[in-house]
Amino acid sequence: MSGGEASRAEVAVVAVAELFRGDGDTLVSPMGLIPSLGAKLARLTFAPDLLLSDGEALLVTADGEVEGWQPFRKMLELIVPHGRRHVLMGANQIDRYGNQNISAIGDHAKPAKQLLGVRGAPGNTVNHRTSYWVPRHSRRVFVESVDVVSGVGYDNAAKVGYSARRFHDVYRVVTNLGVFDFATPDNRMRLLSAHPGVTVEQIRDATSFDVDTEGAGTSREPTADELRLIREVLDPEALREKEVPS
Amino acid sequence: MRTDKTATADEVVAELADGMTIGIGGWGSRRKPMALVRAILRSPVRDLTVVSYGGPDVGLLVAAGKVRRVVFGFVTLDTIPYDPWFGRARQEGSIEVTEYDEGMFAAALSAAAQRLPFLPTRAGLGSDVLRVNPRLRTVRSPYADGEELVAVPAQRLDVAFVHLNRADPHGNAQYLGPDPYFDDLFCLAATRRFVSVEKVVDTATLTEEGPVQSLLLNRSTVDAVVESPHGAHFTTAVPDYGRDERFQRHYAECAKDPGRWPEFADRFLAGDEKAYQHEVTRFTEESR
Repeated sequence: MSGGEASRAEVAVVAVAELFRGDGDTLVSPMGLIPSLGAKLARLTFAPDLLLSDGEALLVTADGEVEGWQPFRKMLELIVPHGRRHVLMGANQIDRYGNQNISAIGDHAKPAKQLLGVRGAPGNTVNHRTSYWVPRHSRRVFVESVDVVSGVGYDNAAKVGYSARRFHDVYRVVTNLGVFDFATPDNRMRLLSAHPGVTVEQIRDATSFDVDTEGAGTSREPTADELRLIREVLDPEALREKEVPS
Repeated sequence: MRTDKTATADEVVAELADGMTIGIGGWGSRRKPMALVRAILRSPVRDLTVVSYGGPDVGLLVAAGKVRRVVFGFVTLDTIPYDPWFGRARQEGSIEVTEYDEGMFAAALSAAAQRLPFLPTRAGLGSDVLRVNPRLRTVRSPYADGEELVAVPAQRLDVAFVHLNRADPHGNAQYLGPDPYFDDLFCLAATRRFVSVEKVVDTATLTEEGPVQSLLLNRSTVDAVVESPHGAHFTTAVPDYGRDERFQRHYAECAKDPGRWPEFADRFLAGDEKAYQHEVTRFTEESR
């Protein structure tokens, strides 16, 4: 342990990295800065076999060597349905069962705010492991019910039945405050660990629905080696501190 | 002699009629047939259904009042998350939409390309894609698994517009960047297929710059070839050029502010393609 010297952003990078522990030769698709840093950190330390793209059509090793070709069409027609992938998406809204929205806020027919569209969220969530990253944990994001179900949550997968549940695996939510999963008997969101310095009360106040916080621990601090990799190799300009200010 | 299919952008756009369904290739703000889109902006055509992995192509067509419906999985400028014109039209309720998962969108084009009524996908199950598209149906596997999947209907196109790096005059066309996107599917799903390219070359020259696998379209899937250097501007057409980020930012800033839009439209979109490219060159020089 390197003591209390890690910033909140650095704790978040390590919490993201931990999502991929044990994933092996799996394609990880992190969307956003801290997700990318976390995936790369995992690959440089305890998950060396992870496959990562350059954000476009090439698979690139940690040393920058091209090791594969993965154009969008292959992604949508083969890789996502085949399922050997773990995606880490953003979310404008998430509810207690892990339904996620990146499409639009308000009535879909005439939204108050048009966002991206559902993108690949429906396909991702019914085909392979999916996690979410939320840089600003708030009641606006963690809502009673999402306006447009883009990423499928546990209740909606169960309603449809076998074909939706078969490969459905909403694994974790990492935020600037803590790490959550849905491993309760009724698949409601549960606090796994609060980041160092964050109280359970803070998390409850920032979440519109009741979160199960029983048995929650504290997110681990980065090791000295992890801090060095984050600060000197992966993000020397400290852009992470802008995404999650301490 | 094989047919010479070279044409101008205005000639191919003249084939459009009000109410047509058009597919636009590329992806987000990547290798979009922007010169052909600009030709549509100059034409009188209206009430289009636009099928696109959407980027500024959708934004510009919406801005010009050409669009009745957009069939999409996303609309993004890549380095800028949202296209302002698309967002405003959605928020005002001035366009209709068919919103799909990205993989459903590919399945819809594949079904049309294969002349099938639908293709089954898992994508969409349990999501609001089925709620907001109430005409979508599911299909049950006739085999022992009995799985129930989304039956994505074929998305036929009246016209496909795509932009590639090279083509010969007969319609054999080549991409030289890392990703073909879905441009071959757009052409296979369409009745009329129009390809703009950076450069028209002899057939023999096609395999000099890239391997044979880069010949994405053969001439049986192309009706006209438009030579349009810088024709994907301001989106990427690597390796010929990358995205013009400064110009895209300017587009997005003007699109955000209805007071500034006429200034952008008057300067860049009032004339022909030559005038556009001339103004873009001046815009670039102003920043030096």
